[in-house]
Amino acid sequence: MTGEAPETDDRRADPEHSPWERLHPDTVKVAALIMMGFAVAAAVPTTIGIASGTSLPVALAWVLPGAALLIAAGTGYDALRIRFTRYRVTDARVDLETGIVFKTRRSLARERIRSVDLTAHPLLRYFGLVRVKVGTGETGSGEGSTTERSLDLDSVSRAAGERLRAELLRRGSIADRAGLAEERLATWQPSWIGYAPLSFLTPALAAVLVGVIFQVADWFGRGAAPVEVAMDLGDQYGPWTVLVVGVGVFTVLGAIASLALQAEAWWNYRLDRETGGTLRVQRGLFVSRSLSLEEKRIRGIDVVEPFGIRVAGAARLDVVAIGLKTQDSGSDLSTLVPAAPKAVTLAGAQKVIGPTRVAEHDLIVHPKSARARRLRRAVAATLGAGMIIAGVHLVWSPSTFWSAVLIAVAAAGAGWAFWAAWDSYVALGHALDGAYLVSRRGTIRRSTVRLQRSGIIGWRIKQSLFQRRLGLVTVDATTAAGRGHYATIDADEHEALDFAAEAHPGLLEPFLVRRDSAVVPAEPGGGSGEPDHRPRGEHGDR
Amino acid sequence: MIDGAGETITVRSMTLTGTALRPPQHRFDQRTIPWWRTQWLIATVAVVAPLVVLAILIEPARTALVLSGVILGAIGVAITLVMPVWWYRVHRWEVTEHAVYTLTGFFWRTWRIAPMSRIQTVDTTRGPLQRSFGLSTVVVTTASSAGAVTLEGLDHEQAAELAEELTRLTDATLGDAT
Repeated sequence: MTGEAPETDDRRADPEHSPWERLHPDTVKVAALIMMGFAVAAAVPTTIGIASGTSLPVALAWVLPGAALLIAAGTGYDALRIRFTRYRVTDARVDLETGIVFKTRRSLARERIRSVDLTAHPLLRYFGLVRVKVGTGETGSGEGSTTERSLDLDSVSRAAGERLRAELLRRGSIADRAGLAEERLATWQPSWIGYAPLSFLTPALAAVLVGVIFQVADWFGRGAAPVEVAMDLGDQYGPWTVLVVGVGVFTVLGAIASLALQAEAWWNYRLDRETGGTLRVQRGLFVSRSLSLEEKRIRGIDVVEPFGIRVAGAARLDVVAIGLKTQDSGSDLSTLVPAAPKAVTLAGAQKVIGPTRVAEHDLIVHPKSARARRLRRAVAATLGAGMIIAGVHLVWSPSTFWSAVLIAVAAAGAGWAFWAAWDSYVALGHALDGAYLVSRRGTIRRSTVRLQRSGIIGWRIKQSLFQRRLGLVTVDATTAAGRGHYATIDADEHEALDFAAEAHPGLLEPFLVRRDSAVVPAEPGGGSGEPDHRPRGEHGDR
Repeated sequence: MIDGAGETITVRSMTLTGTALRPPQHRFDQRTIPWWRTQWLIATVAVVAPLVVLAILIEPARTALVLSGVILGAIGVAITLVMPVWWYRVHRWEVTEHAVYTLTGFFWRTWRIAPMSRIQTVDTTRGPLQRSFGLSTVVVTTASSAGAVTLEGLDHEQAAELAEELTRLTDATLGDAT
């Protein structure tokens, strides 16, 4: 609720007798230091710039007052912000009032609070402060709100933050979670950092590095310089050497950057279950992060194996939870276990959602036609690449070097396409495992999702013309959690429907027909024209 | 098209003992056909008209522009004439006490099922073109970003009644539908 009602009386009688509290005053010092950093970063180049035109004293005379003004304004603003911000926790709600001129009051119902996250960058840590983010996990519809409703407290003392976290996630009635005691579910092993260079961050960061080099060259008005340097080196050492060494060097640099980023994000990681049914992830080398997640809103887990990580026999564990958007790539907020040996990840998964009975090799295999479909795509891709290369040679007649590079890339691509076709078929599988629906797919990013069957809030079943010919169907379970929908792709068109009907009893049943029991109404649009055979055979339930 | 289609069907009907989705019961309003036709006609004109104008203005490229205009126009007119009838025959909907169920598309058939207990909002919308045909669209959303079910092309009075009934039914269920 945001309103602009001015608060007239600070100490008015309050039914819950909860005092208003304020943010920690040291926050101002942190703001002052940050502003100083900004001022220095801005002042140095400005001074150099002005001094090169005039002289150093003139430059300083301009820059120093400016910097002082900047620091004073930033610090003063933060002091006012702290002064006019207050919060309180009552029995039913958490209230936050902010705003220097226009007061904004935001109030969250405590029963709706789903997460309390604490973060602290090094400066905050030095002063013993943390930022607290209280989230309800509410997004989209419902009471007309369009964005996630959350409260930010920037900053309070670490002790106050911990107290808030414990208090807000403690529930009055948690009898249903009574069996789950406090325990450590997973702990960081320094050797896990070895998986970091294998992640897709490595090529991505290498590409970023190349981009940065061009950008810097452009700043100095020499946008083409990197290409010229590469050409010169090519003339000197031969194009192949330059190509191979260049790719190698940038990959190594990307790997180092990836290592550094992952180490910063995940160092000293631990996953705990706390009393009251809360999972807590703590991690971070410089910026310490504490993410708490109410188990009540967990709708499943996702064992994710990006290609490089999978080759190394590792996997990571993501949580499928309400209010945690996992679709924005790069977000690691939903990760419960970082890339770790797969056995460790699976053990962690079992600790989070309880023992699983259906192992990965017990999943129902998808029809062979799904493999044929993938192989056909690989053939088409290879033919397409071949035609493009032929076209390039006809139109431009490239040099031997570029011709060889093109052909090598295309050959590698074709090999990959066929391997991926086979591998992505092997990946397909689904099953029901107790209270969970299990579905696995993917080659570049293999994902084995276990979705709580009670968390399924609808179905989206798709069949393209090609799938119809092959007797395949894609069954998409929609849910309020995580990505919003989790698909079982290219499953047998009959078996998949039985599977979906059983996964969520009652929902699909009224719309199903069994060919041997019911008369099928005419297919709309003439149907696929297949004869309606009705063998009398028994169809065993899967 | 590697394996013979006839062969596949024989093999499949041998194993075809079980389950299939039956089509939802109702077709959409018949006025969806002229509505869709008008939409496609407008889209076709929007593409072809600039080409014609350019063809008048730019003499050297006239042949190419006229040719592409004719081709695109022919495709547009063909879709305008044929597809709405097909869509009308294919698209179906049904609302039961427990769920909303739709089937749309032919090349990419999509069945959507949203249980009444998980419906969060029921919206009725009418565009200006829809209004001139007396049609409405009812959108049923659930807590899933992928779970919305759209009933596009209902008679507007029927849509209002349906929306009212859906609201009543969903209000009767408790919980936050997640």
